[in-house]
Amino acid sequence: MSNDVIVAGVGMTPWGKWGRNFVEYGVEAAKEALADAGIAWRDVQFVAGGETVRNGYAGYVAGASIAQALGWSGAQVSTSYGACASGAMAIDVARARILAGLCDIALVVGADTTPKGFLAPNAGDRPDDPDWLRFRLIGATNPAYFAFMARRRIDLYGATPEDFAAVKVKNARHGLANPRARYRKEVTVEEVLDSPIVADPLRLLDICATSDGGAALVLVSEAKARELGIVHGAVRVRAVSCVTPTFPNTVIEMPNFATDSSAVVAAPKRTFMDSIAHRTYEQAGIGPEDVSVAEVYDLATALELDWYEHLGLCGPGEAEKLLREGDTTIGGRVPVNPSGGLACFGEAVPAQAIAQVCEIAWQLRGQAGERQVEGARVGITANKGLFGHGSSVLLSV
Amino acid sequence: MSRTRVPALGAEGWFDEGHDGVSPALLGSRCTTCGTMFFPKAQYACRNPACEGTEFEEARLASSGTVWSYTDARYQPPAPYVSTTDPYEPFALAAVELDEGGLVVLGQTTAGTTIADLHVGKRVELAVETLFADDEHEYTIWKWKPVDE
Repeated sequence: MSNDVIVAGVGMTPWGKWGRNFVEYGVEAAKEALADAGIAWRDVQFVAGGETVRNGYAGYVAGASIAQALGWSGAQVSTSYGACASGAMAIDVARARILAGLCDIALVVGADTTPKGFLAPNAGDRPDDPDWLRFRLIGATNPAYFAFMARRRIDLYGATPEDFAAVKVKNARHGLANPRARYRKEVTVEEVLDSPIVADPLRLLDICATSDGGAALVLVSEAKARELGIVHGAVRVRAVSCVTPTFPNTVIEMPNFATDSSAVVAAPKRTFMDSIAHRTYEQAGIGPEDVSVAEVYDLATALELDWYEHLGLCGPGEAEKLLREGDTTIGGRVPVNPSGGLACFGEAVPAQAIAQVCEIAWQLRGQAGERQVEGARVGITANKGLFGHGSSVLLSV
Repeated sequence: MSRTRVPALGAEGWFDEGHDGVSPALLGSRCTTCGTMFFPKAQYACRNPACEGTEFEEARLASSGTVWSYTDARYQPPAPYVSTTDPYEPFALAAVELDEGGLVVLGQTTAGTTIADLHVGKRVELAVETLFADDEHEYTIWKWKPVDE
């Protein structure tokens, strides 16, 4: 018996900024995924919701609200919160229940409506909340944490603002061919470099927006896929990694003020971001050399470059070279963010990790239209949520 | 009317302003079982998963270090950040590798510092400054002050 679950259906709304109730986006994505699978809602046995995010914390009731809107069916329900990793956690729960034999058909859904501007804490004094404290005591926004990592690339590896801009240019070009992308417009290196600095060295066009959107997957057991006659050539979820860091985490983690100390226990062999993908590869028994396409979290352009290395697509300090040589552009050796990435979508937090899997599923099915990565067989997603939530899914056909 | 200096809400017990001959310092905690230092102070249990310790002693962290990375905030951060100037003036932030203890600690840099004064590897030392004030209090916070090289 394999440890795979089958992606029977995929659904995703366009991303935008409409301010409507998140349930609407969730229902739209869920209905599309169910129709794609040819499975009726009333046959879904388990609903895994990605929790909406309000100001760094869980927001509104997600799984049950969407289940109610689809019509109470008595399905078992869960909702997962892992900040930006919420969607992957929902996938993980659904996969685990299927592999445990507790259900055959699961619906995974995440949707949100995101407020404009910087993500900020809820109102009111909460001096025991690290997310409140980092804003109050030092004014460290999310882009500040991204900028620390970007500056490290410049200092350690000789990255340039032009390299960061080139990530945006690539992703903007990829997103042109994606009808669900919110931003579908070519961007030049000059436009990025002319945009105002937000957190040096990152500029406005280096940093992703926040968006509304919903994404959904119908996952089924191998036995059910065989029964439905969809097992042949199906997209398979081979691994899901939602790991925490390993002590001592020596890279500053949002929203913390300090790293762990490495004075008594030495730093682990792999950094947190390395360990996220490592666990995925280990579970799947597949290595980075086999990856044909990746969707990674470009919350900021420079972070996409970090992911190339953490995914093992290249060695430390080689990401800029990989980018410059066109390896991560569609048509290159291992295209990254063929969907257009967060650069073209903006982040709809609990939907985003699911949306990454949707894109990989379309790529592996050969249904990605003009942004198709030719011959894609293995795809991986990667991101990381605030407070130490890993998120990576590996799929193959 | 003079204002009373108090640590900013949430940072009580996180730092010591220093006095004659004693430089300011961040106050962390050291696990009495394994010796690992934590900042802010560890609570409940030692966060080294190989250690069963639950008792800690207060520890003064190294007051100097080198810049691991840095950035600035060109736009005013949202509340609960409190701006002290109108219009808003950007400030710089540094992540500093302490000279001892094996930690990197974030902080704003001292007033007037810009990113032009910073580079990775720049020497800095701890200072205590006013974060913001109201009629009765000056709320203090730790900051990183570049040292002439």
